Amino acid sequence: MAKYILQRTGYMIITLLIVTSLTFFLMKLIPGSPFNNFEKLSDVQRGILLDKYGLNEPLPVQYFNYMRNLVKGDLGISFQFDNTPVTELIANRIGPSAQLGLQAMIVGAIIGIFLGVIAALKQNTWIDYGSTFIAVVGKSVPSFIFAGLLQYYISVKLHLLPVMLWKGPEYTILPTIALAMFPISIAARFMRTEMIEVLGSDYITLARAKGASRWQISLKHALRNALIPVVTVLGPLAVSLMTGSLVIEQIFGIPGLGEQFVKSINMNDYPVIMGTNILFAVLFVVVILIVDILYGIIDPRIRISGGKTK
Amino acid sequence: MKKSKLSLLLVLSLVLSMFLAACSGGTKNEGKKTDEGKKNAGTEETTLADEQVLNVLETAEIPSMDSVMSQDVLSFTMLNATNEGLYRLDPDQKVIPGVAEGAPTYNDDKTVITIKLKQDTKWSNGDPVTAHDFVFAWQRAIDPKVAAPYGAYFMEGKIKNASEIVAGKAKLDDLGIKALDDYTVEITLVRALPYIESYLTFPLFYPQNKKFVEAEGANYAKDATHLLYNGPFKMTKWDGPTGTEWVLEKNADYVNAKDVTLEKINFNVSKDPQASANAYTAGEADITGKLAQAAILSQFEGQKDLLRYQEPSIWWLKMNEKNKALKNVNIRKAIALSVDKKALTEDVLANGSIPADFLVPKGFSFLDGKDFRDTAGTYLSTNKEEAKKLWEKGLKETGLKEVKFTYVGQDTETSKLTDAFVKDQLEKNLPGLKITVEAVPFKIRIAREDAQDYDLLMGGWGPDYADPMTYMDLWVTGGGQNHMDYGNPEFDKLIKSASEELVAKPQDRWKALQDAEKILLEDDAAIAPLYQRSVNLLINPKVQGFAHHAFGPDYSYQWIKITK
Repeated sequence: MAKYILQRTGYMIITLLIVTSLTFFLMKLIPGSPFNNFEKLSDVQRGILLDKYGLNEPLPVQYFNYMRNLVKGDLGISFQFDNTPVTELIANRIGPSAQLGLQAMIVGAIIGIFLGVIAALKQNTWIDYGSTFIAVVGKSVPSFIFAGLLQYYISVKLHLLPVMLWKGPEYTILPTIALAMFPISIAARFMRTEMIEVLGSDYITLARAKGASRWQISLKHALRNALIPVVTVLGPLAVSLMTGSLVIEQIFGIPGLGEQFVKSINMNDYPVIMGTNILFAVLFVVVILIVDILYGIIDPRIRISGGKTK
Repeated sequence: MKKSKLSLLLVLSLVLSMFLAACSGGTKNEGKKTDEGKKNAGTEETTLADEQVLNVLETAEIPSMDSVMSQDVLSFTMLNATNEGLYRLDPDQKVIPGVAEGAPTYNDDKTVITIKLKQDTKWSNGDPVTAHDFVFAWQRAIDPKVAAPYGAYFMEGKIKNASEIVAGKAKLDDLGIKALDDYTVEITLVRALPYIESYLTFPLFYPQNKKFVEAEGANYAKDATHLLYNGPFKMTKWDGPTGTEWVLEKNADYVNAKDVTLEKINFNVSKDPQASANAYTAGEADITGKLAQAAILSQFEGQKDLLRYQEPSIWWLKMNEKNKALKNVNIRKAIALSVDKKALTEDVLANGSIPADFLVPKGFSFLDGKDFRDTAGTYLSTNKEEAKKLWEKGLKETGLKEVKFTYVGQDTETSKLTDAFVKDQLEKNLPGLKITVEAVPFKIRIAREDAQDYDLLMGGWGPDYADPMTYMDLWVTGGGQNHMDYGNPEFDKLIKSASEELVAKPQDRWKALQDAEKILLEDDAAIAPLYQRSVNLLINPKVQGFAHHAFGPDYSYQWIKITK
């Protein structure tokens, strides 16, 4: 196991190196300058700014400078937010995004898996159709519509919850529900399909023949196996939820990372683009590793045997 | 079997009900809060409310609170609220003394300005605000080592030796600002500037406390605790440029503190216009950020909550004369005359914007109390018949039958609507014209403009100072903002005389600028002006004395009173 993780870590570093390098050069292909009002400045004035931030250097030199600083943990300083280190910017913004993402993920996974399981158990009944309906709606209606509707009816019309901002637990409820719709639908759909397939398999028939109760079969034998594909999907989904949703963060005025990331690309804020991208990449590779390890726990048949063959 | 089924359902329903209970628990409290807020709103009296607290939504974070480094309207607005320069703008856009004691005195050719300072203005750390603080801030703004983005742009060609310092040919001490004594500033200009007094209200020219700034070093302006204030308000909470909420409180040490009624302003960032409107409706905000979307505005049309005014922001179609067809004046005129500007502003934008048959906006620049616009003409009013004739004439002259243009627009909602409308108008009215719209992000639009990589381009301009020149000198031959190969020696001559020999004769200078505008639009149709933009925001009718400005900071909060 330790050897396996070590080997995977090696691959992860290579993956990150490729992602970082690609992002760096692709980002530099975006036309325009990272400075505001750059178009108003004379050539001498532009030169002074470019020199200050090392943007006058040839691209390979800029790349090596960046990588050298990256190794030291220095992600540079944001262009848009005067004098703010990128690490500080990310640290200030990741909290609300992660909390919201986690809440939405937990709510989404619980409700989604529940819906999926009962839909599979009550296949072709109104429960099944109802759960499928929720899943389809959750998947196809964009989250800003839910967010807008929730905000309008719950907060503006009924005054039940605050309209927006991020100042306490009650402020997190509406954005969590709005953001959870997508994981609900994903989990429910996958869960239903997998459950139906697993319930039809031979070993379930055998368990039934042996006289095990239906609920025992469903929960003990079927659910565990059916969870594997769901975990595969939900892992990376959790990362993308926790790194911030542009739409939900904008509508509810949440000081998260999602909106920041999109803005940094629009504004050519190179250090912020790089910083957030590296963060996302790290989170993704780590979560994928965790998912792989989880397989073994959920289904003992999947054994991690990376080192053995060598 | 049945038992286990039931227990599972029981557990699940318990979990769900716990979740729901958690929801409704929070909701009850909220409901109470908003009800109380509503009651207060109901009683209308002109007396002051007990609580002078304002809740404001802004559309962005504050990028910088360093007056030398800032370069955006929100930063300017917050600096204007917490600091004071030599002069400031009053609610009627008149220049009133700030740290300056009174109006400046000039030498004969108006290039040397002497300004006496008030002796009782204080920084929030107790230090007096002196002439040296101005000298320090100005030198910092032009220092190539500091590389202040707006410093050189605002000073070069205006303040003596600014260009030389930027080019490395002069020392910082040579800059045209001197402290004659602790409370007298002497400013030397390259040449007389008719608009110098309003120019000096700009945050770039604010004072900075040398001792404090140097002691803080890289930490200066990092957050609310690493700043000094000498204005109507102090910033008591701000986590720095990434902060999405900040708080201003009345500055008891402000020299005019007795005129400031407002005790506290809470700012929060809301980037979604509909959400801002919702927060306003629910009573969670007294003032929203700017709202431009017709769909949102229509919900408030005719209500006293909606504040609408024209800002000096002009939107136009640039025509790149690198393109052979656009080199032809008749083709340019045909394009400029083809767009139904009335339909554009009333039906497409539907936010109070007005058709622009001019370049210098309405309600922006005044001479002896008269608006520049009222004494100048209107040009390039929509005339589709005339446009068709000119189009055919132009095609004949250039020998073209079909014309294809690349139209660069922006990827914002408003821009996309506008661009689709303009494309439709032009293609329908001008036979043989094909337009490809490319909707790009702002930065890319600027880059395309800079590289002259477009045929038609939707752009706009807001003023840098309160004088028509801020719109006019953009178009001189080879000018830094021209980017469309336009050039007319006659126009250049008028601009040159308006900036040089006519400076001492305001009436003649005004006339020269108006003649130049006529040449640019009526004779040459160098650009096709489309509309002057309106600002729309929601403001609680209880809030009195909210002042908005035409350039520099957007608003002033110091005259606000909250009534019952």
